[in-house]
Amino acid sequence: MEFPAECKYTKEHEWVRVEGDMAEIGITDYAQDSLGDIVFLELPETGTEIKREDSFGVVESVKAVSDLYAPISGTIEETNEPLADTPELINEHPYSDGWIIKIKMNNPSELDTLLDAKAYEAYIKEIA
Amino acid sequence: MRYIPGTDDDLKAMIDEAGTGSLDEILTQVPSAIRRESALDLPPALDELSLTRHMKRLSSKNAESDSTATFLGAGAYDHFIPAVVDQLILRSEFFTAYTPYQPEISQGTLQAIFEFQTYVCMLTGMDVANASMYDGASALAEAVLMARRIKRKANKIFISRAVHPEYRETVLTYTNDLDIEIVEMPYDAEGKTDIDWLKTNIDANTAAVAVQYPNFFGIIEDMDAISKITAPNETLFISATTEALALGLIRPPSEFGVDIAVSEGQSFGNPMGFGGPHLGLFATKSEHIRNMPGRLVGETTDLDGKRGYVLTLSTREQHIRREKATSNICSNQSLCALAFAIHISLLGKKGLWQMAETNLTLAEYTKKKISALEGFSIKFASATFNEFVIKTDKALKEINKKLLDSNIIGGLSLESFYPELAGCILFCVTEKTRKQDIDKLAEVLGGC
Amino acid sequence: MAADQINKILKAAEPVIFERGSQKRVGISLPDHGLENIDARAVIPEGYLRGEIKGFPELSEVDVVRHYTRLSQLNYGVDSGFYPLGSCTMKYNPKINETVARYAGFTNAHPYQPEELSQGNLELMFELQGLLAEISGLPHVTLQPAAGAHGEMTGMMMIRACHEKRGNARSKVLIPDTAHGTNPATSALCGYKVVPVKSNERGVIDPQDIERVMDEEVAAIMLTNPNTLGLFEENIIEIARIVHEKGGLIYCDGANMNALMGIAKPGKMGVDVLHLNLHKTFSTPHGGGGPGSGPVCVSAELAPYLPTPVVRKNNTTYSFDYNLPDSIGKVKGFYGNFGILVRAYAYILSMGDKGLERASRTAVIKANYIKERLKKYYDLPYDRPCMHECVLSDKTQASQGVKTLDIAKRLIDYGFHPPTIYFPLVVHGAIMIEPTETEPKRAIDEFCDAMIAIAKEAESLPDLLKEAPQNVRFRRLDEVKAAREPKLRWEK
Repeated sequence: MEFPAECKYTKEHEWVRVEGDMAEIGITDYAQDSLGDIVFLELPETGTEIKREDSFGVVESVKAVSDLYAPISGTIEETNEPLADTPELINEHPYSDGWIIKIKMNNPSELDTLLDAKAYEAYIKEIA
Repeated sequence: MRYIPGTDDDLKAMIDEAGTGSLDEILTQVPSAIRRESALDLPPALDELSLTRHMKRLSSKNAESDSTATFLGAGAYDHFIPAVVDQLILRSEFFTAYTPYQPEISQGTLQAIFEFQTYVCMLTGMDVANASMYDGASALAEAVLMARRIKRKANKIFISRAVHPEYRETVLTYTNDLDIEIVEMPYDAEGKTDIDWLKTNIDANTAAVAVQYPNFFGIIEDMDAISKITAPNETLFISATTEALALGLIRPPSEFGVDIAVSEGQSFGNPMGFGGPHLGLFATKSEHIRNMPGRLVGETTDLDGKRGYVLTLSTREQHIRREKATSNICSNQSLCALAFAIHISLLGKKGLWQMAETNLTLAEYTKKKISALEGFSIKFASATFNEFVIKTDKALKEINKKLLDSNIIGGLSLESFYPELAGCILFCVTEKTRKQDIDKLAEVLGGC
Repeated sequence: MAADQINKILKAAEPVIFERGSQKRVGISLPDHGLENIDARAVIPEGYLRGEIKGFPELSEVDVVRHYTRLSQLNYGVDSGFYPLGSCTMKYNPKINETVARYAGFTNAHPYQPEELSQGNLELMFELQGLLAEISGLPHVTLQPAAGAHGEMTGMMMIRACHEKRGNARSKVLIPDTAHGTNPATSALCGYKVVPVKSNERGVIDPQDIERVMDEEVAAIMLTNPNTLGLFEENIIEIARIVHEKGGLIYCDGANMNALMGIAKPGKMGVDVLHLNLHKTFSTPHGGGGPGSGPVCVSAELAPYLPTPVVRKNNTTYSFDYNLPDSIGKVKGFYGNFGILVRAYAYILSMGDKGLERASRTAVIKANYIKERLKKYYDLPYDRPCMHECVLSDKTQASQGVKTLDIAKRLIDYGFHPPTIYFPLVVHGAIMIEPTETEPKRAIDEFCDAMIAIAKEAESLPDLLKEAPQNVRFRRLDEVKAAREPKLRWEK
């Protein structure tokens, strides 16, 4: 299971990758593996303001459904459109082509509350 | 007991082999304070023959439509059901199976439902249909809940007063505890939903408009006019049908931009059965699939590439989404849906048209006969299918009594549902109604 | 015809009915009504007459009979063999009930025909209300709900109405983690927030946990007894006391009533509202997923809120009573799934007290027998006496990469319908087995033998399980494809 070092993580199994004031967000390898084959995503409209820990969408496999929670606050600048037709990208490349949304952060200090790769990996070991 | 194969010896052998102790020891988990004190106060068990006699006695205390001509409709219709339907649904592979959770050994049920969904789409003209709901009334209630989900910000639902009173009551029960306001739309002098009222009252907070098509008075609603008001307002349009046979003859709801079409499906393959079990048809546009309640069957392939069917899009449902599910329903009226599909298959293109045409012909004949009688007139001057409202100033009680003396059950007196329609009777005619029954009806009414 | 030829026919794919060719056939004959057919165009307003329905079939009676007969052969029912689907009570459906339910006075009665012409049906409903009241220990009954989940909804709406009458509708419902998914969905439909309650290490609810979360905003606790682990909620009396003390009510999901008939009455346990599943406990056929029937039995305090109408007896006649000013209203059209009521009534009359008690006792013994035979081969998370069903898991087999799904599919190869799987959620990889009283010991032994053989295969030939089933016409179906590209109707 992969835990890219440049990402930050939440206990709800989202990852965040920061570039400037933009944060790219997806779900972790562990999350996609537990859900199984992803068949559908419900994504927010761009321009939506979201607060940390708000639910911003839903990801579905055949027999499971999971809310997506915002790891940080900000405005949704972009959603990953190809996921609409090929949600399996999340299973195949959870940390690259399977990204879900990009947020323009309005409070980057929230990043400090997230887990780093090591801490997240330890958390996964704990709950597995 | 003949249904319980375990003899005392079998049970003893199982208890001994299991080594868990006697049944009483197993049952110590049930606190003694609540354990059985005395036998259940039930009648002594009946053998099969005595049961048959007892049930026959009860059955014979009811009127039944094969022996007594009935002119009742209003949501339950006395249509002829070919023998094939019952013979086939009695195949025990169908009726003793449960929900097709294991598709490899449930392809019969699954394919039959897939075909049923297709039939519902064809009849209503809609894109997708589910595997059926409890009945027409609860299907309309679910449609209202669905409309409210789709239109997140609007919470008013307009329902025509010309919708079946029991359907409206069911909607009220379902929505009572939720943030939904049900507003009743009046009907006009022609028995149709009042278009002017709708035009005046519709606003941004109107999530959906629901009418019955044909409506409770048998009238073909002015769907075009309603659609022209709902569409620009981005209000959802719901149509409910009680007499599904009508959809074999009149334009399908889809052609008027209807967003959710529901119907009672009893008219095909299912007896009136004193009100149930019947089945609700539920269809909508593709874009609303994920807001749809109920079970769905979809096509796929097996490991060898063979075409087959599975339950699908289940993440909408209660066993996965729990309190966020689109409905709490966890079954469908599968066997009723099977009966529906078998009957429609027998009818086919030609039979469906024939049956609908026969209903229309006999209904028009009846209408003409009754309205020609002194003291009887047509209440609403609008086109109808196989039901219509007659107005009379004669005493209904006496009329019905006289009809019964001639072995006829008359139409439904509307006063209890519509106080403003005192003296009005809703008549229904089907292919089972004989010309001689109609002539007799007219003769008796004429003598009242 | 040679045997292999017959076999070939039986194994051939059955085309979708719309693909059977359009050949101007018709499968019905209607009576000649003796009138000239009316021209629909003269009656139906312009623009309201429909055109030809594209794709509609044209088949003869024989075509239709063959099609559905062959579809039926792709199915497995209780009459085909053992069907140990946990929490579903797949017991034998007596044939006589199908015969009597088809008597004309039941099937050909219009729901609005005058009461004096429906006395047999009203009597049947009245009597059935009484029988269910006696079995449940709760005095008032509505027969209107069409299924278990519908009964839950009706019951919870009545609970809400009762609280409203008392002055506060309250806002929350307690639901144990062993509950059916319908419980939380129903609570939401009634405008309640769900508060989950964890079961303890014995697999039941701990009164202390209830004590902790119980307050005056809790409308009710929804519990299933025995619960979905097949265990009796042994602290029920204490739980009921705690909930009642704070003004809450006890809702019991009666899906598992087959463990309790003649053994204990929910009404005696402090339950205020209970729904029954006539298609489970009372032997009416499951019909491939319905129709069922979910009557609700309630205490005297809840009676004013019953749906309309209820059936009353007045000396020697029966009538519908619509005069219930505090009623929640109607939950469906007419009076319920009457045809199912007829079957359940016939079943109870055939069984009597002794028969029903024996049914429950037998069901409990058989479940314990299976549990004990299989626990050496499969993980048994709660190793203690169970009621009418037991829950195993795939923990032992997991090391071979064999999952519950594989075990279930392999059972098909052995000729059995698999148990309920992956439920209840509190057991990872759950295998929930409910034998019911109507299964002979031989069938149960054969099933246990198959389960044991599969456990052994899981060690020696795990791939065989992952490829199962192989001995039936269809192999595993691609559910991912079905969900990603939904195809929900036939199209040319």
